[in-house]
Amino acid sequence: MNIDKRLVRRDSLEKLFDILKQNSKKIYAPFLKNGKTTFRDAESFAMISTGHIQTTESSKDIAFPRTEKILDYSKGKDGLVVKGIDLENLPGVILWGVRPCDAVGIGALSSIFNWDYKDEIYNSRLLQVTVFGFSCNKSDEYCFCTSVGGTPGNTAGSDILFTRMGEDGDYLAEILTDKGITVVLMAPDLFEKSEIAEKEKFLAVVPVRFNNKEISEKLDKFFESKVWNDQSLICLGCGACAYVCPTCACFDIQDEAHGKSGSRIRCWDSCGFSHFTLHTSGHNPRAIQSARWRQRIMHKFSYMPERLSVFGCTGCGRCSRACPADMNILENLISIQEVTL
Amino acid sequence: MVDLIKRAKELIETSAVRVVIGYEQGIGNKTRALFVEKAEDAGKLIFDSRCVQNLAVYITKKEIKEKGKMAIAATLPVMRSIIQLASEFQVNDNNLLVLGITAESKLIEFANLVEVETFVHQYQIEIDARNKEMLDKLGKMTQAERWKFWIDELAPCFKCYACRAACPMCYCHRCTVDFNQPQWIPVPSHELGNLEWHIMRAMHLTGRCIDCDACYNACPLSIPINLLTKKMLEDAKEHFGGYQPSLKGDHLMSTYKPDDKENFIH
Repeated sequence: MNIDKRLVRRDSLEKLFDILKQNSKKIYAPFLKNGKTTFRDAESFAMISTGHIQTTESSKDIAFPRTEKILDYSKGKDGLVVKGIDLENLPGVILWGVRPCDAVGIGALSSIFNWDYKDEIYNSRLLQVTVFGFSCNKSDEYCFCTSVGGTPGNTAGSDILFTRMGEDGDYLAEILTDKGITVVLMAPDLFEKSEIAEKEKFLAVVPVRFNNKEISEKLDKFFESKVWNDQSLICLGCGACAYVCPTCACFDIQDEAHGKSGSRIRCWDSCGFSHFTLHTSGHNPRAIQSARWRQRIMHKFSYMPERLSVFGCTGCGRCSRACPADMNILENLISIQEVTL
Repeated sequence: MVDLIKRAKELIETSAVRVVIGYEQGIGNKTRALFVEKAEDAGKLIFDSRCVQNLAVYITKKEIKEKGKMAIAATLPVMRSIIQLASEFQVNDNNLLVLGITAESKLIEFANLVEVETFVHQYQIEIDARNKEMLDKLGKMTQAERWKFWIDELAPCFKCYACRAACPMCYCHRCTVDFNQPQWIPVPSHELGNLEWHIMRAMHLTGRCIDCDACYNACPLSIPINLLTKKMLEDAKEHFGGYQPSLKGDHLMSTYKPDDKENFIH
């Protein structure tokens, strides 16, 4: 694909926001509340949080909502009537301020939702989303995108990637897809043609911390290792890591009935919960937390690369930041690399 | 914490306990739980003002309990939790040794839980000034304003249940919210589901919560859910003259006294 590079002046972003709003686009952007950043429907440009290294929540909610109705049903004289959701009229959404490690996660999510079954709901939602990635010019000790094939200026998953050229500088905009071009055409004056130098010098430096190929190969023989128990003793068994993760895709199906009618709802679930694998018989194949922790790592670094040719981890570090027990995925991956069988 | 390291080492070496639960340095400025099973690991134990996670949550955890007798480095909130857990028959003198840490960071080893209770009862549970102010503010709101406050605050909740997982009192193997046949509380995280979950959580903790803030500290989105349990504590103070966990198990919400001042109970 021919990447078109444009210059966007620092004060043009707000104009772009307003033009998109005038074109009745919904804009989801980072929003700061209680010291944490989540993606919200942004009413104004001023509402958008910019100071963060990483948003607390990933933006996956937009294509894979935490709670979504998948059908309505009612029982009446004419028997059972089932009504699916309208996938034709989903609103167009701009996902604004997504970090490259979040944008690349959309690819991993999509591969899960299109593996053996094409998830029409997920695909229809995603079709309506235009991703505005923003490169990282700073990072912290939780970041490890470069260890899982990413970079702080990775274009994968974004429709337009903005890179700020220095603090308070203008932006380099890489127009990456047709959806990106559609946006440029809405505000052509704001995307100036320009000879722009390389963006690399403006990006955060994230050192490579482990060899992902080596870890994937090692995991094949690691199922019975004691590291799973050692690493997960402090785990409290909540779902914080899974729910902030840009690639965790497990869900539950729940029926909410009100008399003779009701809805079927898809909602997030997590392999960290003890009842996630609980059978009706009472047997639980992952009866202890270490088995659940092993599943989390195996799924991301062994099963997904094997089946879907993609890592289930983008190195965003959200899980480690969110963990109430300070479990750190990077530290644990390094220790897996170092431990001998 | 030289005393703690020394004592932990002795306890492991003499097989007085199988595991010592304490804190170690985590990533950056964070601290995390440490389970000392070998004497040489005792040196990793630390204690300072950052060590606020309520470690009592681990003493009911299957994987830890199975190790055998436990010792725990316990600050005041942890000791309160232990007494509450003991009154609910979750822990006893045979499986737990309490290494108390005072407000002055001094180590006190308790011979038994009765001694821990005596220590704990010297201090009233007091809601801190910042949260007190917030409760007053909420109290002065109209019902509609308060409703809006909670709908807004609970909106981001995605039901990861970190609040439940971090709470020593939430030790049920299967929580009401995990039942789906029948479904008591909506499982999905939507407005009603979030509201019902947090109200239920507060209700189940009334007369049991010792105000350690573990739920709030665990919340990845920093939702001030601890205000709900604090409000319950405040009400308990107003109506029952306060609350202290006790080994007798005379829980605020499940105790009957013939001389109760309310008539309906006679």
